[in-house]
Amino acid sequence: MKQFIRIASGQGFWGDLLTAPIDQVEKGPIDYLVMDYLAEVTMSILQKQKRRDARLGYARDLIPLLEKILPLCVERNIKVVTNGGGVNPRSCSDAILDVARKLGIKSLAVGVVTGDDILGRLAELTKSGDDLRNMETGDSVSSIIDKLETANVYFGAQPIAQALAEGAQIVVTGRTTDTGLTLAPMIHEFGWSKSDWDRLAAGTIAGHILECGAQSSGGNFSADWRSVPDLAHVGFPIAEAYPDGTVIITKHENAGGAVTLQTVKEQLVYEIGDPRNYITPDCVADFTSLRLTQEGKDRVKVDRVKGSEATRFYKVSMAYLDGFAAFGTLTYCWPDALEKARAADHILRTRLADLHLHFEEIRTEFLGYDSCHGPLAHPVEEPNEIVLRIGVRGPDQHAVERFGMELAPLILTGPPGVTGFAGGRPKPKEVISYWPALLPKSAVTPSVTINRL
Amino acid sequence: MRIQLRKICHARSGDKGDTANIGLIALKEEWYPLIERVVTAEKVQTHFQGIALGPVERFEMPNIGALNFLLHEALGGGGTKSLKNDAQGKTLGAALLRMEIDIDDSIQL
Repeated sequence: MKQFIRIASGQGFWGDLLTAPIDQVEKGPIDYLVMDYLAEVTMSILQKQKRRDARLGYARDLIPLLEKILPLCVERNIKVVTNGGGVNPRSCSDAILDVARKLGIKSLAVGVVTGDDILGRLAELTKSGDDLRNMETGDSVSSIIDKLETANVYFGAQPIAQALAEGAQIVVTGRTTDTGLTLAPMIHEFGWSKSDWDRLAAGTIAGHILECGAQSSGGNFSADWRSVPDLAHVGFPIAEAYPDGTVIITKHENAGGAVTLQTVKEQLVYEIGDPRNYITPDCVADFTSLRLTQEGKDRVKVDRVKGSEATRFYKVSMAYLDGFAAFGTLTYCWPDALEKARAADHILRTRLADLHLHFEEIRTEFLGYDSCHGPLAHPVEEPNEIVLRIGVRGPDQHAVERFGMELAPLILTGPPGVTGFAGGRPKPKEVISYWPALLPKSAVTPSVTINRL
Repeated sequence: MRIQLRKICHARSGDKGDTANIGLIALKEEWYPLIERVVTAEKVQTHFQGIALGPVERFEMPNIGALNFLLHEALGGGGTKSLKNDAQGKTLGAALLRMEIDIDDSIQL
């Protein structure tokens, strides 16, 4: 068994810094590169792409990235784990093997995890009428079942660990928890059992610290953001994991950013609920058990993690079409910028009402004044400029489209000192809503296949 | 003495559906008991009047000197449904740091 392994975060979301995974591979030693590509909204975007072309539906950025880093990964035996397979992990695997051939790589094993996509099985899975209720509202799924775009179970680390055990050098999955991507290499390398709750929780917490990329190594740092060196070349976090479950969060020495108690704490509290019950398919982790210690420059140790038994359920995320929305902005200048923006908003709302256009919501915000902190924003005396931002949402696409046609006329028919309408008419976009639910683990089985070159 | 929370805390916020979470962290660990005593769920609920339309929950993390708040119904529907510029509640952490609290004059800032 290795003394420790180094697991590097390469992407915090689809759209993150493109050079980050390349730096992780090139700037120092790592054993694994893990990349999270799947936000909830990403799945429905990928589904649309797959509907247009059956060979698509995965994070396409992954392919040019692998073209750059694969030779070095093969040479140094760096394994890559990613959920970038999206709604089409098999095609993603095919595209990776094509790139490997193009690069003249002689041998490569790509592990593919599938089985998370339950869209085609919904009739069977909801037969009893009581399944897949919304876990927040308790509503029956029958109200949205015809409008569903995607339906995926969140798998955990185990299927990835299995693919690694079967020799995969790259593992692509569909919907997998972000934390599972980091935990899986530890399970594989250290042989942790499926009921070693404390260690599984330790790996899960390491995964939580890595899952948003540089947010634990100096990015979006609120305490003393000016103190973070060289964010232009920020180093993404690396988890140096030990067989006993101890993890040291660090980064490459020759990269920017910082790993301190404060940067790690900010990521620990990010998007969590009850810290004692951080539920994943692999275990339930207790964030109040861990101890943080600054071990040296840019090295924070996480240990003493406690965990408990995993639940009998998988979380399911389903996305459905829920109407249309559009946004538009206009910029009003000094003097009386805020007053003019308010008057324009009033005129626009009057015209929408005259047209008998109905919306679920019309929202007005004044950028430069209150769009972030709403009623908590302190009054501004005489701002130099204010951006009026208006959004509408509703089931009627035509109403939303018509709203987009009412914005530009304000330039010649409203208050003076207005500009910033270069983008043209706001277009309606589909609103995607989410339906969180639970499904007994016995209802789905992850499938692991290895495609070899 | 009356201070803004930003003098003694840092914070990060994010979203889970229509619920925003704010992690409030004491800048020095010795200040944690103070924020645990003063920054109650009720106080945060009042602070976010007109923003958090549902209840506010609080969880304690003394091991890292932090409190985690869940602000329900705070994101205009959440996800792609929200019409807010800050649909993911990314700036609500800073909004909490605006809160004013009374502290003992003997505390060294």
